[in-house]
Amino acid sequence: MDSSLTATHAHLAERAYNIRRNALLMGEVQGQGYVGQALDIADVLAVAYFHAMDYRPDDPDWDGRDRFLLSNGHYAIALYAALIEAGIVPQEELETYGSDDSRLPMSGMASYTPGMEMSGGSLGQGLTIAVGHALGLKRRGNKSFVYTLFSDGELDEGAVWEALMSAAHWQLDNMIAVVDINNQQADGPSSQVMAFEPLVDKMEAFGWFTQRIDGNDLAAVIRAFDAAREHPGPQPRMIIADTRMGCGVPFLEAREKNHFIRVDPHEWQLALEALDAGRTA
Amino acid sequence: MSTATAQKPKLKTSAMIASIAGEGQRTQSAPFGHALVELAGTRADVIGMTADLGKYTDLHLFAKAYPERYYQMGMAEQLLMGAAAGLAKEGALPFVTTYAVFASRRAYDFIHQAIAEDDLNVKIVCALPGLTTGYGPSHQATEDLALFRAMPNMTVIDPCDAHEIEQAVPAIAAHKGPVYMRLLRGNVPLLLDEYDYKFELGKAKLLRDGRDVLVISSGIMTMRALEVAKALADDRVDVGVLHVPTIKPLDIATILREAGRSGRLVVVAENHTTIGGLGEAVATALLSAGVTPPFRQIALPDAFLDAGALPTLHDRYGISTEAMARTIKGWLG
Repeated sequence: MDSSLTATHAHLAERAYNIRRNALLMGEVQGQGYVGQALDIADVLAVAYFHAMDYRPDDPDWDGRDRFLLSNGHYAIALYAALIEAGIVPQEELETYGSDDSRLPMSGMASYTPGMEMSGGSLGQGLTIAVGHALGLKRRGNKSFVYTLFSDGELDEGAVWEALMSAAHWQLDNMIAVVDINNQQADGPSSQVMAFEPLVDKMEAFGWFTQRIDGNDLAAVIRAFDAAREHPGPQPRMIIADTRMGCGVPFLEAREKNHFIRVDPHEWQLALEALDAGRTA
Repeated sequence: MSTATAQKPKLKTSAMIASIAGEGQRTQSAPFGHALVELAGTRADVIGMTADLGKYTDLHLFAKAYPERYYQMGMAEQLLMGAAAGLAKEGALPFVTTYAVFASRRAYDFIHQAIAEDDLNVKIVCALPGLTTGYGPSHQATEDLALFRAMPNMTVIDPCDAHEIEQAVPAIAAHKGPVYMRLLRGNVPLLLDEYDYKFELGKAKLLRDGRDVLVISSGIMTMRALEVAKALADDRVDVGVLHVPTIKPLDIATILREAGRSGRLVVVAENHTTIGGLGEAVATALLSAGVTPPFRQIALPDAFLDAGALPTLHDRYGISTEAMARTIKGWLG
């Protein structure tokens, strides 16, 4: 571990480890799952849930909470891992992941899970809903932030750009969006499926206060969330997070890149061991 | 002016903003806009949202009265519906307006996933329902009822006139959950006040009894049915009219009671394609209950309709008063 990490960083690294571990355990339950994405976004979720956001684990609907909208519903395994770590979802429910009658379905749905603010399976909707939340909070004088996580593939959806334009129009300085650039979508590398770069230029042209970071560099993620919250301007805030699928489990990270990383039955235990090895290294 | 020009017949035109009202008919101006302003005076959670069609859905009246509660979302219907969901989650009661074609076709998935699945309190009120513009299929929402009927959690309303729209606005606000309501805008026909009518969500109302024919209708087709009933009375054909403004949930009990009375031809009339609207809803209800009167549909064809002047088109597709009266007489033989 980088010796320059402060106590805060060490604390968040532990949270990120636990999120990754929870995600692998859920993947093992079902023998599948979007664990590649969960591993890449764990650092962002650790900073969101254990550094940036205000919420009450025993009262997920508390009006003073910061909202977190998961637009990319297939990342539900990652968010459940964070919600379990945050104490919003009990640890015992982890083993129900993806099972009949579970509160943790494969794709995130608002009506199923405490702390899940929206149903995200149809991609490209999260930012539009976030605009509504942000307008609604301002209308009521509520100072909470609206966080939205979406994926680089969702940049292909027109509604994302409708929402990006309107957030700047309405000066939604209470909106913080994170786009996960892992460069994988269903049909291949996102930048090849539809060229979305130069993304910083595009976001800035759309009126967003924009930062681009290594989303697996915990210190950079912390700085970006802090800057997003503290930025004095009226702009909505965008964090472009370049991430590595499978991050934390070297043999998965090295595996041929795919939207849905294949993990063989015997590999779940190996993945957990590899994650542990990285933690104590 | 040359003789040739002088003899050229004046062509009928199709104005976008033409009222659906017939010549000399009683009308009321912008019933939705006025009713919403009144409602907003009693409920602080009411907000208005539109996608660049405030002036064309009578929402400009609300915008003028409550500018701080008015959200212009630009010509972006997907954003409109997603943002309405977010605002509803934050405790607002959004009345969302656009044209029926854009809500039903362009933003369907956003309404389905962001609003209906979460059973959010969003009221979607849409102008130009069915064949109420001659502008062509881009603006003719001939399948909106079918699409929204098929959506779980959605309540679907097809009001007849200004009187009903005025009453429906507070009624749908009082109902918890998503609602799709068809909107008649501008100078809207006014007739149901003469029938001592009161809108009740989920209730069908018999406006007129008749021995020979029962017309079951919604929206402007109830207005047509009442005109047809008057016209056919002169020919000693007695036509009853059951108005069904709530397409979903359907008032099956009242429909079964009226359609189950023997000896009448049952005609379902709607400003909508024959597929998936009131006609098929009524047919399913009747068959499921074993009630099988002679049954006919007056509705728009399963086709992309022509552009043109609205009266021409209503004649062409059989939903004008004259065409409807002719059709029913033909069925009676």
